[in-house]
Amino acid sequence: MALIETLYTGFGAWNPIIWLVSLVVALVIAWLIRSRGESARPTGAEAGKPYLSGNDAPSPEETHVGASNLYWGFTDALKGYYGRVVPLHTGILTDYVLWFIGVLALVIVMAGVL
Amino acid sequence: MIWELLGAHAPALLLAIPMLGAFATPLLGRIGRTPRNLWILVITALTFVTSVVLAAEVYTTGPVIYTFGAMDPALALAGDSGGIPVRIIFNVDAMSAFMAVFASFVGMIAAVFSLPSGKMESGRDGYFALLLLLLVGILGMVCTGDLFNFFVFLEINSLAGAALVAYRIDKGVAVEAGMKYAFLSTLAGLLVLFAVGLLYGQYDSLNIAVIAGRMQFGFLDKVALALLLTGLAMKAGAVPMHFWTPDTYSMAPSAITAFLVVASQASLYGVFRVAFSLYGLTLNYVTVGWFIIILGVLSMFVGVSMAIPQKDVKRLMAYHAVSQTGYMLLGVGVGLAVLGDPAMMESFGLTAMEGGIFHIVNHAMYKGLLFLTAGAIFYQTGTRNLNKLGGLGHSMKWTMLFFVIGALAIAGIPPFNGFASKLMIYESVFAFNPALSIIAMVVSILTLASFVKVFHAIFMGPKQERYAEVKEVPAPMLAAMAILALLTVLMGIFPQQIVDIVISPAAGALVDQGSYIASVMGGL
Repeated sequence: MALIETLYTGFGAWNPIIWLVSLVVALVIAWLIRSRGESARPTGAEAGKPYLSGNDAPSPEETHVGASNLYWGFTDALKGYYGRVVPLHTGILTDYVLWFIGVLALVIVMAGVL
Repeated sequence: MIWELLGAHAPALLLAIPMLGAFATPLLGRIGRTPRNLWILVITALTFVTSVVLAAEVYTTGPVIYTFGAMDPALALAGDSGGIPVRIIFNVDAMSAFMAVFASFVGMIAAVFSLPSGKMESGRDGYFALLLLLLVGILGMVCTGDLFNFFVFLEINSLAGAALVAYRIDKGVAVEAGMKYAFLSTLAGLLVLFAVGLLYGQYDSLNIAVIAGRMQFGFLDKVALALLLTGLAMKAGAVPMHFWTPDTYSMAPSAITAFLVVASQASLYGVFRVAFSLYGLTLNYVTVGWFIIILGVLSMFVGVSMAIPQKDVKRLMAYHAVSQTGYMLLGVGVGLAVLGDPAMMESFGLTAMEGGIFHIVNHAMYKGLLFLTAGAIFYQTGTRNLNKLGGLGHSMKWTMLFFVIGALAIAGIPPFNGFASKLMIYESVFAFNPALSIIAMVVSILTLASFVKVFHAIFMGPKQERYAEVKEVPAPMLAAMAILALLTVLMGIFPQQIVDIVISPAAGALVDQGSYIASVMGGL
C-alpha cells in the first residue's frame, strides 16, 4: 500500500502528491522572491513618510479596511434576497418555534400521515 | 488484565469514566486547581483511549453488543428474557464507533483548550463537570441501541450544553442563548419521547433492532418518523430550524462551541440512524431522502449567505457550521434516496454517503479548529467584532497559521481534509442530480470568500495601537489548535486510507439494516 494513495470517487480521482509538490514549489518561489528583497530596510526617521498631498498619514486603525467594507457590492446585488432572509432571523424564540412547527407539519404530510 | 477488562467492558466504561469524572470534578476542585485540571486531562484521555479500544474491536471483529445487567454482556437475548432483548443494550457498529472516537477526541481537545482560556473565570469546577456530562450525552447517543436510552442521553446532551452556553452569566445575552437552546432542545426531546412512546406502544419494545425487525410503517410509525426526523434535524441545526445556532454558538465559550458542533452531529447521527437502521426500506425512502437533500441544500446556501454579512466572528462561523451540516445532509440524503436501487447505490449512492460521513469528522476537526482560533482572538483582544479587529498577524502568527489551515479546509481547498470529502460529495451527487452538485460548489466558493474577509479583518493590515500589548495565547491553547490543524492536514493528505479503514465500514453499517438487526437478535 502506497503511503499517499489516490482518492477514488467513483467518477474521478485525486492524488495529494501533485498538490504537495505544487505547494512546495510555490513556497520555494516565494522564498526566492523574498530573499532578493532589501535585507536592511531603513526604519524610524530614515524610512521617510508617505506623501499624501501634504496631509498627515492616518493611524494604522484608520487605514485598515474593516470587515463591513468588504463585499458590500455582493450584499447590495442580492438585496432582494437579503431583504427577505435577514428579517426572518428575528432572535425571538417563539418565531423559532413557529418555524419548527411549520417544518413538522410539512414532514407529517411528506411522510404520508395525511 | 486491565486491557482485558477494558476490552470486555469498553462500551460501559466509555460512559462510566466521563460520568465518574464529571461527578468527582467538584471534589477535586476543592483540593486545588492543578489536581482538578490533571483529573480532567486524565479522564478525557482515558475516555478517548476507551473509544479507540472499542473502535478497534468493532473494526476488526464486527459490531459489539453490550447488555447492561446481564450475566454475559455480549448476550442480548438472555435466558430469562423469553427471546426478547429486554435490557438496555449498546449496539456499537462501525458508524457508532466512528462517531464515538472523534467525539471523545474533540472532547479532549476542548478540555485542553479550556484549561488556560478560562483561568480568570469562576465556576470552573461546574464548567468541567458539565463538559464531561456533555461528552457522556454524546457518547451515549451514538452507542445505545435502545430508543428510550437515546432520549435520556439526548436530554443529558441538551441540558449540559445549555448550561455551558450560559456559562458566562455576566453577559445577559449568554443566558438568553442558553435559555433558547434549552427550550428548543426540550421541545425536540419531547417530540422524540412522544415518538418513542408511539413505537413502544406499537411493538412492545424499546430496542431499535427489535422495532426495525417488526416495522410495518403504519399510521403511527409515520407519525413517529415525522417527530423523530423533525426533532433531531432541529437539534442538528438544519435550515429552516437553524435560528438557534448563531445565537448559541456565538455566546458559548469557544472550546464549548467547538464541542457543541459535535453535539449537533450526534443529533445528525440520530437522523441517519432513524432513517437507515430503524425504518430502512420500509419507509418511502425516495421522499424522505429528498426531504433530507432539500434540508441539506437549504442549509448550505442559507448558512453561507447569512455568514457573509456577519460582523461577529463567532456568529459568522456559526452560520458556516449550518452550511457545512448541509453537505452532510446532502451526501447521506442522496444515499437514502437511492437506498432501494442496488445499481444506483453501487454506482454513486454509497460514495455520496461516504462523502457525507467523511465530512462529519472533517467538519469536527476544521470547524473545531476555527472556533478555537476565534476563542484565542477573543482571549487576547476581548472582542469578536470584526470591525474592531486588525493587524493581529504581527503578534499572533501561530493562531493566524492555524486559522488559515482551518479556513482553507472549510472552503474545500486541497490538500486539506475538507476538499477530500467535498470532492466525494460533488462527484457522486453530480451523478444523482447535477444541479445539487453545482450548488454545493458555489457554496464552497462563497465559503472561501467569507473566510478571506475574516482573515483580512483579523490578521491583515498594520499593527494597531490598541492591540500593541497582544501576544500569542498560552501553550496549551496553541497545542489544542496545533493538534486539530495537524489532523486537518493529515486527513487531507491520506484521505483514501481514512475512507478505506473508517468511513466505508461506517457507511456500510448504516446501509446494512439486516446486520444491525441480526447483531442483536442473533438472526432470529
